[in-house]
Amino acid sequence: MFEHLDFTKLIFGRLTWEAIPLHDPILLFTFVAVALGGGALVAALTYFKVWGYLWREWFTSIDHKKIGIMYIILGLVMLLRGFSDAIMMRAQQAIAFGGNEGFLPAHHYDQIFTAHGVIMIFFVAMPFVTGLMNFAVPLQIGARDVAFPFLNNFSFWMTASGAVLVMMSLFVGEFARTGWLAYPPLSGIAYSPDVGVDYYIWSLQIAGVGTLLSGINLIATIVKMRAPGMGLMKMPIFTWTALCTNVLIVAAFPVLTAVLALLSLDRYVGTNFFSNDLGGNAMMYVNLIWIWGHPEVYILILPLFGVFSEVVSTFSAKRLFGYASMVYATIVITILSYLVWLHHFFTMGSGASVNSFFGITTMIISIPTGAKIFNWLFTMYHGRIRFEVPMLWTIGFMVTFTIGGMTGVLLAVPPADFVLHNSLFLIAHFHNVIIGGVVFGVFAGIYYWFPKATGVKLDPFWGKVSFWLWLSGFWFAFLPLYVLGLMGVTRRMSKFEDPSLQIWFQIAAFGAVLIALGILAMLIQFYVTWRDREQLRDTTGDPWDGRTLEWSTSSPPPAYNFAFTPQVHASDAWHDMKQRGYERPLTGFIPIHMPKNTWAGIVLAGLSTVFGFAAIWHMWPLAALSFVALVVVAIVHTFNYKRDYHVGADEVVRIEGERTRLLGAST
Amino acid sequence: MSDHAEHGHDEGPHSTFKGYMTGFVLSVILTAIPFWIVMAKVFDKPSTTALVVLAFAVVQIIVHMIYFLHMNTKAEGGWSMLALVFTLVLVVITLSGSIWVMYHLNNNMMPMSTHDMKNMP
Amino acid sequence: MSAAMTPTADGVDAPDNLRFWVPGEHHAENGTLLGFWLYLMSDCLIFAVLFAVYAVLGRSYAAGPSGADLFDLPLVAINTSMLLFSSITYGFAMLEMQKNRLRPMLVWLGITGLFGLAFLGLELYEFAHLIHEGAGPQRSAFLSAFFTLVGTHGLHVTFGIIWLVTLMVQVGRGGLIPENRRRLLCLSMFWHFLDVVWIGVFTFVYLMGSLT
Repeated sequence: MFEHLDFTKLIFGRLTWEAIPLHDPILLFTFVAVALGGGALVAALTYFKVWGYLWREWFTSIDHKKIGIMYIILGLVMLLRGFSDAIMMRAQQAIAFGGNEGFLPAHHYDQIFTAHGVIMIFFVAMPFVTGLMNFAVPLQIGARDVAFPFLNNFSFWMTASGAVLVMMSLFVGEFARTGWLAYPPLSGIAYSPDVGVDYYIWSLQIAGVGTLLSGINLIATIVKMRAPGMGLMKMPIFTWTALCTNVLIVAAFPVLTAVLALLSLDRYVGTNFFSNDLGGNAMMYVNLIWIWGHPEVYILILPLFGVFSEVVSTFSAKRLFGYASMVYATIVITILSYLVWLHHFFTMGSGASVNSFFGITTMIISIPTGAKIFNWLFTMYHGRIRFEVPMLWTIGFMVTFTIGGMTGVLLAVPPADFVLHNSLFLIAHFHNVIIGGVVFGVFAGIYYWFPKATGVKLDPFWGKVSFWLWLSGFWFAFLPLYVLGLMGVTRRMSKFEDPSLQIWFQIAAFGAVLIALGILAMLIQFYVTWRDREQLRDTTGDPWDGRTLEWSTSSPPPAYNFAFTPQVHASDAWHDMKQRGYERPLTGFIPIHMPKNTWAGIVLAGLSTVFGFAAIWHMWPLAALSFVALVVVAIVHTFNYKRDYHVGADEVVRIEGERTRLLGAST
Repeated sequence: MSDHAEHGHDEGPHSTFKGYMTGFVLSVILTAIPFWIVMAKVFDKPSTTALVVLAFAVVQIIVHMIYFLHMNTKAEGGWSMLALVFTLVLVVITLSGSIWVMYHLNNNMMPMSTHDMKNMP
Repeated sequence: MSAAMTPTADGVDAPDNLRFWVPGEHHAENGTLLGFWLYLMSDCLIFAVLFAVYAVLGRSYAAGPSGADLFDLPLVAINTSMLLFSSITYGFAMLEMQKNRLRPMLVWLGITGLFGLAFLGLELYEFAHLIHEGAGPQRSAFLSAFFTLVGTHGLHVTFGIIWLVTLMVQVGRGGLIPENRRRLLCLSMFWHFLDVVWIGVFTFVYLMGSLT
């Protein structure tokens, strides 16, 4: 036996030097840029001696506020990667006509559209949404942190681990070429024997663990840790949407975990779930993945509906119209989202009776969302509207998302979908609702809560520039796609024969350039905000005259959030407190019980990354070792019972005294 | 001082010996009968057997929920029951939805009948 | 209006309905048991998917062996009883915990672990036998679904036993402190839940799979 033991193969699996794509100029250039940029960043951090600070204050932090900020930063970084994919696709599609092959061969183009989808959904939208919920929910309910602070840190690093694996696929090996949902048989071992689909599977499985645990965490937080007096119907509306979102997460992500596990069994063990022969059925994959996939899109949008509700109410200086109906609408959407999934594959052949059922349920689910739009409009009606940047994003959302939703109802009609399925019309529809809904909402939420997180308001001028570029850019980029889709153009194509289509793609490319400028404006906004931070500083903690409890704290809040747990009497609790002449307590502070930082989260996630990489490249000994290490480290962590400490009363006195001083200075 | 996270009230459900024994005896009976029904081929039609056996499984699951898992409407302020009901609804949708959808897809789209699928390599 | 408000923390002067903060320490209720129950619900959904796959692919024998050909119902009956016994012994362990009797509790936990190991041993024997007969998971979609559903349950039992041993060590060292009690209650939920899933498995897979 031992004569045949090839040690190189044992240690490195199928990883060889050929895995590094030196032959591809785009990748090579990207690699050099990333290496130089990354190297410069590491060098700067070392030079300024901030590693200790980063480790102590951020990487091992269990503070929901810091974890929320880290999620947002991850989302912003991955947005740049995902958008680069978009720009490359727009450029290719704008030029590849007639004999022109463009600059991306199909082999590369297919990886780009797959990576674009995977990154935007899992590593941009999900982190953004999770980050906003993590930051805001405990503050809104008057709690000191989430229910399981250690798990929160672990969840973040597992998401980051998945992102790392996806980014590694750029430089070591390749990514999947299957589209973001990796349908078999194409994603099976027979037709994708290379590492691409394995990178896809493991990055999603690892990130999925983080997301699921985060869902459990936030549900337990909202159920158990609300301030006294805050009954369910007195919760801020963002907290309600967060609750429903996390219910969806706990209910949907197990399905994704199971389906991806089945696909990986087919690839690694040779089982026959989705193979073409020996009894497999690839249609079952499509069925199961969309049972996850449809709730997923509601996971993405519901928190942003919550953001819009908070923003509309705050910037119209008016109570949200129809709070109860907003809550019921959110709950109805949560339940109904499990009854529509087949509309993603009307054309797969389930027949008229099945298609009709799901077409009808799909149309029904648009109704509660419509109710929400009316409630936002009625909130604004007779309000004293301030057109701050979050309000601009909200109005942009109301126009953009509504139109996108209407094209969705159009697609819900099976006969119409038979013409438009997998055409550019579909692409235009979902970008319409995702960009108009999720992206605009995330930017509104970031702008809204940025002063709370940092004590500094974002620069409004560059915020407005970014908004107008995004809004106009979106419509220039995607209106042509509606036209092209109606004309019959299929998605995911890298080359076209009909020259009459080219003008539409060129307009779309122009739109993409506008969005690129919008992203640039946003980055400039961050820089200008940092540069002008003294002028933009907010010392009140309540820059928008907010209505919910997070605005009662300092900006940024102390680690313990509230020196005293709030006692709630009405919804819009902070607004109620201000109306009734609330006076901030100045004495009598007591020690506060807080959780300690932890190294276990980042270590476990790091081991998961190693395990994922080893599994991808068939480095079996390393995979086994890292898996065992994972179990051992997790068990060792459970032997640590001393996970908390007390913030001493004198420390609280000092912190609250500092706030008193700042509040005095701002009057 | 170190465990002032406890409010002095009981954490978790209260079990009794009687409860566990009742659950155990019921489970034994509810397991033995289905095994006997299948192994002794008590019913003529397999579909009858399948339905009866499934019914026993449902009852035994409820027995486990009540006697072993202490499921009731009071646990965690009713949230445990709500979570369970919601999960069960989704399990039913996933199972019945998948079976219904795949039955139609298979009938319309697969090149051979279900009978052939059993027997073709 | 502000006469009723005091800026001091204890709010002694302020009547309850006008106080906007909780004087003194406030501890939120512990969320561990609820959180773990929610995790179990998510695990339920993983099994639901595996059951759905078994329902759809469970008759795709690919001209290979069927359940009726392969399943050894007496063996499954013994296995089922191992798991059921382990459930009742864990219950006895919980009764001892309620009575604060550490040693008897550890004994019952140990017995639970042994029943669990017996279950796993029999299952591994069954799997090895099937593979040896050429009825491994690669043979057909039916067998892929069988091995995955039953195997996933077995994996859960395995992790449960590892957790059980870890907890026995932790309780042995630290005693029945509140944190350990919570962990024992979580494992209790996990263990009984695995028995619930097994009811589904032996009914849906073994009993119904043996019908022709």
